[in-house]
Amino acid sequence: MAMRVCVVGCGAVGSLFAAHLAGVAEVWAYDLQRDHVDAINRDGLRISGVSDLVGEVRATAHPAEIPPCDYGIVATKSMHTEAAIAATASAFENGSVCSVQNGVGNEELIAPHVARVIRGTTFPAGHVVEPGHVEQDTGGKTWIGPFEPKPAAMDEVERLAAALSKGGMETIAMPDSRGAQWTKLIFNAASNPVGALTGLPHGWACERPDIRELVRGLVAEGRAVADALGVELDSDPDELIDHAIKVAHDHKASMLQDVEARRPTEVDFLNGGISRFGRERGVETPLNDAIWALVKGLEMSWSLDD
Amino acid sequence: MGRTIESVCVVGAGTIGSLYAGHLAQVAEVTVLTRRREQAAALNEAGLQVSGKSDLRARVTASHQPDGIDDVDLAIVACKAVDLPRTAERLEGRFRRAAVMTVQNGLGAEEVVRLHGEWPLISAVTFMSGTRRSDTHVEYELDTATWMGPYMAGGPPYETVQELERLLIAGGLEAEAMPDLRPAQWSKLIFNSAVNGVAALTDLPHVHAFAEEDEFSDLGHLLRGLIDEGKAVAAAAGIELHDDPWEMNVRAVTRGETQRSDYAHVPSMLADVRARRPTEVDYISGALAREGERLGVPAPLNTALYRLVKAREASWR
Repeated sequence: MAMRVCVVGCGAVGSLFAAHLAGVAEVWAYDLQRDHVDAINRDGLRISGVSDLVGEVRATAHPAEIPPCDYGIVATKSMHTEAAIAATASAFENGSVCSVQNGVGNEELIAPHVARVIRGTTFPAGHVVEPGHVEQDTGGKTWIGPFEPKPAAMDEVERLAAALSKGGMETIAMPDSRGAQWTKLIFNAASNPVGALTGLPHGWACERPDIRELVRGLVAEGRAVADALGVELDSDPDELIDHAIKVAHDHKASMLQDVEARRPTEVDFLNGGISRFGRERGVETPLNDAIWALVKGLEMSWSLDD
Repeated sequence: MGRTIESVCVVGAGTIGSLYAGHLAQVAEVTVLTRRREQAAALNEAGLQVSGKSDLRARVTASHQPDGIDDVDLAIVACKAVDLPRTAERLEGRFRRAAVMTVQNGLGAEEVVRLHGEWPLISAVTFMSGTRRSDTHVEYELDTATWMGPYMAGGPPYETVQELERLLIAGGLEAEAMPDLRPAQWSKLIFNSAVNGVAALTDLPHVHAFAEEDEFSDLGHLLRGLIDEGKAVAAAAGIELHDDPWEMNVRAVTRGETQRSDYAHVPSMLADVRARRPTEVDYISGALAREGERLGVPAPLNTALYRLVKAREASWR
């Protein structure tokens, strides 16, 4: 029996998952962008760049049209998680739902609505070129594992990982995927807002000794919270920062792109996530708190102008 | 006691300099040393107009060259801190009988001026603010005081500062002389480091959110942290603050509150960032961070603001 999957939030990352999975499963996509939905249903979902394929995906903006699914893959921006999963939850009554979003705290929002949850972290990224067409900018792995408070069974996790890998997105199933998630979280929470607040691309910001020092301080706080949670990072975020100076020197962090477009950022799930988990464990995170407040303040400034 | 300040030269005719010149011209002979030739010409032609909290016109003698200004009893150096080094250099050898007052934000202005002459120095901080309408017209917005005191490492007699206080008040400004300005200077330094830095990075004017601490991510929470750090550095420096900077912050966001955030004051550093000008952050958050380091009291939040603003400046180049 074919696996049926619904990607919830079919933006750039969601589209990468949907199109790749379409080769090995029946794939639905829930998205509110009407022109994107119509283009996918008319022409298929096209990926160019690092990958080159067209996936046959059924897209809809109406949750009632989604049939019962074995898996959900939530790929919305974090501030839309709650609304998106509340709308689509009935499709996953007999399935499990995996978050592949940025930051921490999304699984906690998904869990109250569904039976079984998978914690995921993904590195591939892209951008929407036009409705129905996403350019994949970077490759990379995806890590998934049971979300401990409301876990999917390990064989369920493994089945999803196998399907994704077979579809062309290398995915690793692991009993504890927090290490991958926190590594990416700490990397993003240290590098993204620095770009957003200064206007500088990654390399331009992190080559400055003063900013590198600030970023090191942000990483150290994140690491202390991970330690307190018993999470073992799967690589050193500081090394990732330095590596990215070389390979993504002129890349504008997604949060800087959001700020330039005056879109709400994911800071609540990045620095805000580190701060919240830190407080739960009695670990102080003053620099992450400061960055969180500054980015929230910046978002607030857009509502004063108009 | 006889009057010793009959003539004043205001050096730098931006907003603050124009406010001093316009008001003091009501009670003293005022000359203005500008950076640009056109502004000097315009001031000689049209005089100086102040509107807003005051409504007055003043006749002033202006020049863009130090040679064009006669010796005076008092010089007020009112340029921005970033322009101070080259402005002070222009005064070298001038105003031999004058006392010189610095009104720049932050710390370190007196030391910069001292490099160029042995004048008795008056330290000052000013809380008044306004908006430049043109080369010859300034709007007086916040009619708050200038605090002044003899520079501890070489100032005039305190009586001179008291005379200046009377003169400024007679001209229509608020002023207060103090035997030791450092407590006030540090209060403003700590306040400015927090408020200006946060405004510059968030693009927010000084709105009520700067004093809200309900949520962990509220700006008031950050302001409180920045100010507490500054107070610890001040304590280590042996300074007993004149005003509590947190109370200054709360007062500033509630003063004349109109419920309309667009009336909130735009701190000068935010104005600089919006205009993509170099900011005074080196003299403010940078100075506080350096003092903290020197005294062994770390100020990581003020240091973080300093670094972010410096990087923001770099993004324009």
